[in-house]
Amino acid sequence: MTEERATEDGAAVVAAVEAVAERLEDERDHLTQLDSAIGDADHGGNMARGWAEAADAARDLDDPDAETVAKTVGKTLMAEVGGASGPLFGGSLVFAAGELDGGITPETAVAFAETYLEKVEDRGDARVGDQTMVDALTPAVHTFKKSVEVDDLDPIEALTKAVDAAERGVAFTVPIRARKGRASYLGWRSVGHQDPGATSTLFILEELLAVAADRLGVDAPETDAASPTIPDDDPDGAADDGSAAAPEES
Amino acid sequence: MVGIVVVSHSERAAEGIAEIAAEMAGDTCIEPVGGDGKGGIGTVPDAIEAAIEDAAGGDTDGSDAGDESDGDADGVVVLVDLGSAVMNADVAVELSDAEAAIADAPVLEGAVNAAVAATDPSATVESVREQAEAARDIEKL
Repeated sequence: MTEERATEDGAAVVAAVEAVAERLEDERDHLTQLDSAIGDADHGGNMARGWAEAADAARDLDDPDAETVAKTVGKTLMAEVGGASGPLFGGSLVFAAGELDGGITPETAVAFAETYLEKVEDRGDARVGDQTMVDALTPAVHTFKKSVEVDDLDPIEALTKAVDAAERGVAFTVPIRARKGRASYLGWRSVGHQDPGATSTLFILEELLAVAADRLGVDAPETDAASPTIPDDDPDGAADDGSAAAPEES
Repeated sequence: MVGIVVVSHSERAAEGIAEIAAEMAGDTCIEPVGGDGKGGIGTVPDAIEAAIEDAAGGDTDGSDAGDESDGDADGVVVLVDLGSAVMNADVAVELSDAEAAIADAPVLEGAVNAAVAATDPSATVESVREQAEAARDIEKL
């Protein structure tokens, strides 16, 4: 990897972190509202504040590469976000950052996503169906990996499908019962509530997609969670190539 | 010698627990750590990592073959209070170069048990953690 390329990748990560910080500030009240229903109403404030600090720390770096930015952001989130979100969002980022030491390619992005998911699952001891951020993250990471490695989609199409998958994952948290985190103390009363951590995870992924599309000079694609990647019930339908979510050239 | 780290959401609680455990601890190094770093309730992985390094005696770079015999770096057992303190301690253990393990034990009783166990000249991280975890079965009435 050339030095110029390394700096370019680093600048892309800084831009992504700034976009995430701005988005989470915009969604502060929304996230707080979700958290007040089932938790301690601090997710919006903690995330907005933590990511703002992380964006500052990222901007202060001198021509960093992608790994350095990701690690710095993770460290800042660990120190600033507080609660379980600090180690989950920040700690996982610190460890996954190592996957970007060769810069950002579709392959390193997949490795990064998989390590991040693995850390979140292990640290939080959570699996799909526990009404946590894992419900958004798992389908997003799996979809991204399949789109890159099996379907050979370009990075923006792959990321678009991942965002769609995360959006469906967020919707999936509503009808289920929380088994991890503070909401689990509510038992059945957690049913009917959308998980704040899954929601903020979706916002982060949406901003990653927007910044990636912008950096690659592609129009930000429309995400459409209502068009799943899996084939629908109509065997004659054209939807089984998943093209509804992201129009393909072929 | 095995060191001990006491992690609590409250810095003062961590210090108080370390104070109680130190009564039983002989020369054992007990490092309290807690608080969000700004005077509030919480825990910070970096601070916990620093406490682990301190409790390990500072000689944790793994570069010296003499680690086994110098008696200063036999590892660290970490006692934690609740919720995100456990996750943050987990991150700190993973980041640290020292041999460290979290004990799944009540923080005060576990710290006292660990302090006693660490005074055994043949103590290891495993033996100290085991004694700390035996505190789960302590009955008070």
